[in-house]
Amino acid sequence: MAALTAICKKELADHFSSYRFVILFALIAMVSLISAYMVGVQIREAQGQLKPKFVFLMLFTEPGAMFSLVQFVAFFGPLVGLILGFDSINRERNEGTLSKLLAQPIFRDAVINGKFLAGLVLISVMMGSILMVITGLGLALVGIVPGAEEIWRVLIYLVVSVVYIAFWLGVAILFSIVFRSTATSALAALAVWIFFSFFVTIGIGILAGALAGSPSSDPLVAQQKAEILRAAALVSPMELYSDATAAIIDPMRKSTRTRLTAGPLEAISMTRFSGPLPLGQSILIVMPYLISLVAITAICFAVSYTVFMRQEIRSL
Amino acid sequence: MDAAAVIETENLTKLYGHQTAVDRLTLTVGEGEIFGFLGPNGAGKTTTLLMLLGLTEPTAGRVRVMGLDPARDPIRVKSRVGYLQENMGFYADLDARQMLRFVAELNGIAGRQAEERIAAALEAVGLAEEGRKKIAAFSRGMRQRLGIAELLIKDARLAFLDEPTLGLDPDATVRIMEMIMGLARERGMTIVLSSHQLNQVQKICDRVGIMIKGRMVAQGPMDQLAREKFGVGPEEFSLEEVYMKYFLEA
Repeated sequence: MAALTAICKKELADHFSSYRFVILFALIAMVSLISAYMVGVQIREAQGQLKPKFVFLMLFTEPGAMFSLVQFVAFFGPLVGLILGFDSINRERNEGTLSKLLAQPIFRDAVINGKFLAGLVLISVMMGSILMVITGLGLALVGIVPGAEEIWRVLIYLVVSVVYIAFWLGVAILFSIVFRSTATSALAALAVWIFFSFFVTIGIGILAGALAGSPSSDPLVAQQKAEILRAAALVSPMELYSDATAAIIDPMRKSTRTRLTAGPLEAISMTRFSGPLPLGQSILIVMPYLISLVAITAICFAVSYTVFMRQEIRSL
Repeated sequence: MDAAAVIETENLTKLYGHQTAVDRLTLTVGEGEIFGFLGPNGAGKTTTLLMLLGLTEPTAGRVRVMGLDPARDPIRVKSRVGYLQENMGFYADLDARQMLRFVAELNGIAGRQAEERIAAALEAVGLAEEGRKKIAAFSRGMRQRLGIAELLIKDARLAFLDEPTLGLDPDATVRIMEMIMGLARERGMTIVLSSHQLNQVQKICDRVGIMIKGRMVAQGPMDQLAREKFGVGPEEFSLEEVYMKYFLEA
C-alpha cells in the first residue's frame, strides 16, 4: 500500500508539472468554455419563445458552435487518456528507472496500479473542473439554477466520463508495456482511437448493408439493418459512452434505441408519454453500458498485468 | 569462510531461448565481504545479479540470499538488498532529496525517520549541499554517490554494485571506491561489485570471481588465484595479469 501511494503521488506530481498536461488542459477547457458559452447565449435568446424543462442540462447537450460538450468528450476524451498513458512504462524502461523501481521492495503491479490511479485522479480533476466551470458559466450567463436531479445527472455523467477516459488510459498503459519505443506505442494508441472513432462507424454501415440485403422499402429489412447496426456499434467504446451519457444527461430520451429497433411496447410508450424520464429509470437504461465500459477496462488491465509480469526486466 | 554465507548459489543457470547467459554458477559470498565480480561485457554478470535480486527467474539451480529464495520471496529480499545498476536510472526531474524520499517511501520509511535518514545519507556521501539540486544537473560521480545514499536510506545489508566506476574520472573513481570500502568496513554491509577497474578491485576486494561466457572460471582470494596461475603470490602479479591469463585460456 505504501508503495502504491508513493508511486501514485510521484506520478501525480510529474503530471501536474508537465507541459503536456497543461497544454491538454488548456485546450479542453477552452473548447468546453466556448461551446458552453454559445449554448448559453442560444438559450438566453430563445427565452420566452419556448420553455424546455431541464434548461441546465442543455448546457451540456445542445450543440453550441459545432458540437455539444457531450459529443466533444466522447470524441476527444480518449485522446486525453492516451496522451496521459502512452509512455508510462516504456519511458521508464528506456531511462533505466524501471529496474531501479522494481529493485525496491514493491510488487510489480503496484507500478501499473500507481500510474493508473494517478491518471484516474487527474482525469477526475480535469472533468470535474470543466463541469464546474460550465455550471458557473450557466449561472452567470443565463441565470439557470440547477435542480437537485440535474445535479445528480451531471454527477453521474461525470462518473461515466471518467470511466470512459480511464478505459483509454488503460489501453495506453497496455501499449506502453507491449511496445519498447514510446513513438510506437503512441502511434499504436492513436491508430486504435482512429479505428474506433471513424472506421467502426463507417465499417458497420457497410456491414449492415451487406448482411441485411439490398436497400428496399420493406420495413422488415430496414429494421433488420438497424438492429445489426446497433449491435455492431457496441463494439466501439465511443458508442457505449455516447449511448450511456445520452440517456443520463437528456431526460427526454427514454431509450438508447432508435424508434425502428424498439419493441412494440417501447415504441408505444415513446410516443404516448412525452414527459421526462425519472432519474432512477435513466440510470437503469445506462447501467448495462456503464458495466460494459468497466468490464472492457478490466479486460485491458488483466492483459496489462499478464504481459508485465512475464516481461524480462533488463537494465538495457 | 568462517562468516555466515549471505549469498549461496548452486548450479544456477539462466537460458534466454537457446542462449546460455549463466551456466551452472556455484557461488558463496560471506557476510561483510567485498566480492569482486569480474568478466568481459556480456559474460552474464548483470543477469546473475538480477537473479539474486529476484528480478529475473533462474531457469535451473538453487539460490539463497540471506537464507531466502529471491524468486519466491522477492519483496523480503529486495527490502534488505540494495542494487546500484549500471546506468543508474534516476528521475532527472527530481532533486536529490525528492529522489531519496521516493526511495524511502517505496521502502516503507516515512515521516521524521525518513527525513533523518535522508539528511544523514546525504551527509555521508558528501552531497549535503546539493540536496535541492535537480539530478539532471548532477555529474556522473555525484549520481553514483547519490546511488550509494539510496543504499544507506534503505539500510541495505547486502549491496549489488554494477559497474559503479563506469565512466568516472580517476579522482571520482578513488572516492567511490573508498566509500564502498567504508560501507563494508564501517557498516558491515556485504558488497558484490562488478567493475573493469582491476587495480581498484585488487585494492578493496577480499575475494574475486572471474566470469567468462556465463561460466565462473575462477573464484577465490587474490593471492590464491595468482598462485594457481603463476605459482607466486600477488606481490609479483597484478589482478590484470591474472585476469588476462584466465581470459585468454577460456
